[in-house]
Amino acid sequence: MKNEIVIAGFGGQGILFSGKVMVYAGMMDGHQVSWLPSYGPEMRGGTANCSVIISDSPIGSPIVNDPEILIAMNLPSLDKFEDAIVPNGVAFIDSTLITRKVAREDVKSFYIPSTQMANDNGMTGLANMIMLGKVIREVPGFELDSIIAAIKKVVPARKAEMLEKNIKAVEMGYNYEG
Amino acid sequence: MAEKVLMKGNEALAEAAMRAGCRFFFGYPITPQTEVAAYMAKHMRKNGGTYLQAESEIAAINMVLGAASAGQRVLTSSSSPGISLKSEGISYLAGSDLPAVIINIQRGGPGLGGIQPSQSDYFQATRGLGHGDFHVIVVAPSTVQEMVNLTYDAFDMADLYRMPVMILGDGILGQMMEPAEFPTESSRKLPAKDWATTGTKGERKKNIVNSLYLDPAELERTNFERYERYEKIKATEQKAECFMTEDADIVVVAYGAAARVAKNAVLAARDAGIKVGIVRPITLWPYPSDTLKEVAKTAKAFLSVELSMGQMVEDIKLSIDCAKPVYLCNRTGGMVMKPDEVLAKIKEISGGLK
Repeated sequence: MKNEIVIAGFGGQGILFSGKVMVYAGMMDGHQVSWLPSYGPEMRGGTANCSVIISDSPIGSPIVNDPEILIAMNLPSLDKFEDAIVPNGVAFIDSTLITRKVAREDVKSFYIPSTQMANDNGMTGLANMIMLGKVIREVPGFELDSIIAAIKKVVPARKAEMLEKNIKAVEMGYNYEG
Repeated sequence: MAEKVLMKGNEALAEAAMRAGCRFFFGYPITPQTEVAAYMAKHMRKNGGTYLQAESEIAAINMVLGAASAGQRVLTSSSSPGISLKSEGISYLAGSDLPAVIINIQRGGPGLGGIQPSQSDYFQATRGLGHGDFHVIVVAPSTVQEMVNLTYDAFDMADLYRMPVMILGDGILGQMMEPAEFPTESSRKLPAKDWATTGTKGERKKNIVNSLYLDPAELERTNFERYERYEKIKATEQKAECFMTEDADIVVVAYGAAARVAKNAVLAARDAGIKVGIVRPITLWPYPSDTLKEVAKTAKAFLSVELSMGQMVEDIKLSIDCAKPVYLCNRTGGMVMKPDEVLAKIKEISGGLK
């Protein structure tokens, strides 16, 4: 197994957090993992992205230049990373915030209105986890149980009330047909 | 070994330092190393130690000098411009034969530079970390686990040789998360710190920590003695990792995060049938010259891959007495090369060899 993933969006959308859940799940499943955030001024409300690698062999560069999987949660992120996706890669698009389609024909694309779904279900701010749910449904190698176990690790104790909401959001994405 | 935890490189450095017995941290925040200080601020107190955010880098390094004089394991950390500010204090530490650990999570320079990853403090770390005749031991981890392991060893080497040790990382290593586990104890046998200024209680001669010698003959003698120690360190502490070098025509030399990028390129070049390997220096001072000398017996060319204008090229050439050509593949100022750029350079060199 080797997945090279880029997750990208606005600062505040939980981009780095959902990457963290992914790598925790990968680690608990016995894979090699790495997580590298963009850092600096973009953390304060500009674009944010992170490189995630989950692999069965030792990880060299933690920088993902050419993602196999792109999770794009705003238009600038799709614009920035669309051309970098490897041929036959997969794109997951928050179709509430990105109204255009993926232009690449050699990329399999999923459109999830995750921001709208989050808002409609009293889960504002959890569009990231809805996207994650869809990713683990569509990409082989990820298990729902591992992701839920990872969420339990990553959500801090002082935010225990967020635990159920995060899990529910992942399940909502997992069960989204579209 | 305990359970693996997922941590940022910066946090892993801080946790490893406390587990290695560091009870004093003095620092001043700067991107991209601030998580070291933040983690210390959160955890040092419950470990029974002291965390202090100093008013400046210069104040912090002199607090380090004080704690080290009293025989305590002490750490400071910063990033490139902050290390320049600390350099006076580091020279004083070296001149006073004091153990201390200094972390530099490098960013682009010179000047205030940028905040993205860089390796352009190589000359500063290995040659000129302050005025006067001295060296510090410089270790260069390339994974979060290695950041943990080398932190334990940095404190041990500092105590063993009574000198500052620098952990030289970069923004990628500081910011990335990888699984790490923490060994319970270090393995070296260390001498008692009978030189520390801990109070005589009227029972022993007083200890004096000092770097001022107005008698030039005496100052020369202390420098000679220190350099004898350095020779011992050069003979015993060189450390490097070799990967696919046995039959390599081209040997890539890269450390830290650049070595990770280079490794991707080496694997791709092997797939293309090119005989290439990597020597990854783990100590930058002492430089692993013995390993390079050995590899140079069979290699036809070397390629330095680094995030600077080629500062390490000199050490490669010196190690192999310029016996083979040394090429450079580099980015700087906070830019990081893609594996493809390294691969293209390897192919170019390989073409020239035939």
